[in-house]
Amino acid sequence: MEKGTLVTGTDRTGDAADVIDHLVGIAPGSALDAIRARRPEARSQSEASYRALFEPADPAGITPTERFAVAVFVAGLHGAAEVAAFYRSRLGDGGALIEAIDAATTEAAGTGPYGRYPAGPLSREDQPGPVYRPGGDVAQRLGPRLAAAFAHLHLLVLHPRDADPASLQPLLDAGWSTTDIVTLSQIAAFLPFQIRVVAGLRVLAGQL
Amino acid sequence: MPDTILDLPPHDVPVVFTRDQLDWLPWLEPMAEQDLTDRHMAGLVDAARAKSAYFRLLARDPDALQARTRADKDIFYNPDAGLPRAERELAAAATSRFNGCIYCASVHARLAATYSGQADAVQRLLDEGVGADLGERWNAIVAASVALTQTPPAFGAAHVDRLRRAGLDDLAIADVIQAAAFFNWANRLMLSLGEPAAIDGKAA
Repeated sequence: MEKGTLVTGTDRTGDAADVIDHLVGIAPGSALDAIRARRPEARSQSEASYRALFEPADPAGITPTERFAVAVFVAGLHGAAEVAAFYRSRLGDGGALIEAIDAATTEAAGTGPYGRYPAGPLSREDQPGPVYRPGGDVAQRLGPRLAAAFAHLHLLVLHPRDADPASLQPLLDAGWSTTDIVTLSQIAAFLPFQIRVVAGLRVLAGQL
Repeated sequence: MPDTILDLPPHDVPVVFTRDQLDWLPWLEPMAEQDLTDRHMAGLVDAARAKSAYFRLLARDPDALQARTRADKDIFYNPDAGLPRAERELAAAATSRFNGCIYCASVHARLAATYSGQADAVQRLLDEGVGADLGERWNAIVAASVALTQTPPAFGAAHVDRLRRAGLDDLAIADVIQAAAFFNWANRLMLSLGEPAAIDGKAA
């Protein structure tokens, strides 16, 4: 896998300090700025979550490139073009990797949530749907670690109730440690939060 | 030695949505209580969470856990106006019902019932699903939470209008958005890192 050049926090151009404010387009002093200020810890700790997951002091077992690659894919699965573009800009000059992520996003696209329940009264609500594994060519371009991660991300984004213990085995087999899987899962679960806060506040901004 | 998936103890799998107390069994090894350093304890925020396998598993990334926990507390517990606590919990329960997180739904349905005093309506949400008729104000909150929870999100101006007509002000609407969004984070962790277990055979 080609390593992208990372754009660090200090090189950001024209961004607000707060990623959600930046992605929603919240101007200081606006009505939405005042609303967000009423939940100050939600605002500052959403930002702290972003920094812990994407700009950690010690990236430990997951490279910064992998973290941003995951984000571009998850945002793409949400159809969240501006959020995907934000993370893509952080990935920097990762041309071959970005092409592989785009190919995976096209392969994996769908709508959620779907999935099955444990056998019983809820089985009548089962909505079976596709399980994603990156295709041979895409998997090769992503490399084994990201290919295993992307399969898991599709599960988490679109049909999380289908998860079972066995769904973690391909990650372990591809070299993700337990601690890496915790961080990967936090990234993969934080983004659906961030994307929905951005989507929701954008709609609200248009109605103020 | 590479890490492995844990063997689960014998347990009863809950097969319905319930307000009963459930256990949660991790699929991966949590940190041992005696290995928790000051940094991990800071990540847990509440020392009592060291007893929880879920939080000790998430403590493997303590900075991410700490930020997430503090965001959670402000979104749900901040008493400054906006959406009443019961209805923040309703948004969490509705999101969990729609994503299919039986464990998360149990906790937040219990809290929604406690804070609202409307246990019957909360139980209808669990039994019938997100289309249950809970009265217009709650229906509007559930519909907004569900629309935001779809992938891609389908929350739009009509949801904001309906929440306004139901009596929510702008801060309360922002609270619905943050509560539903937050459970799109929580549900995915609880569904993918472990599973619920019934206690004393209830809900199984």
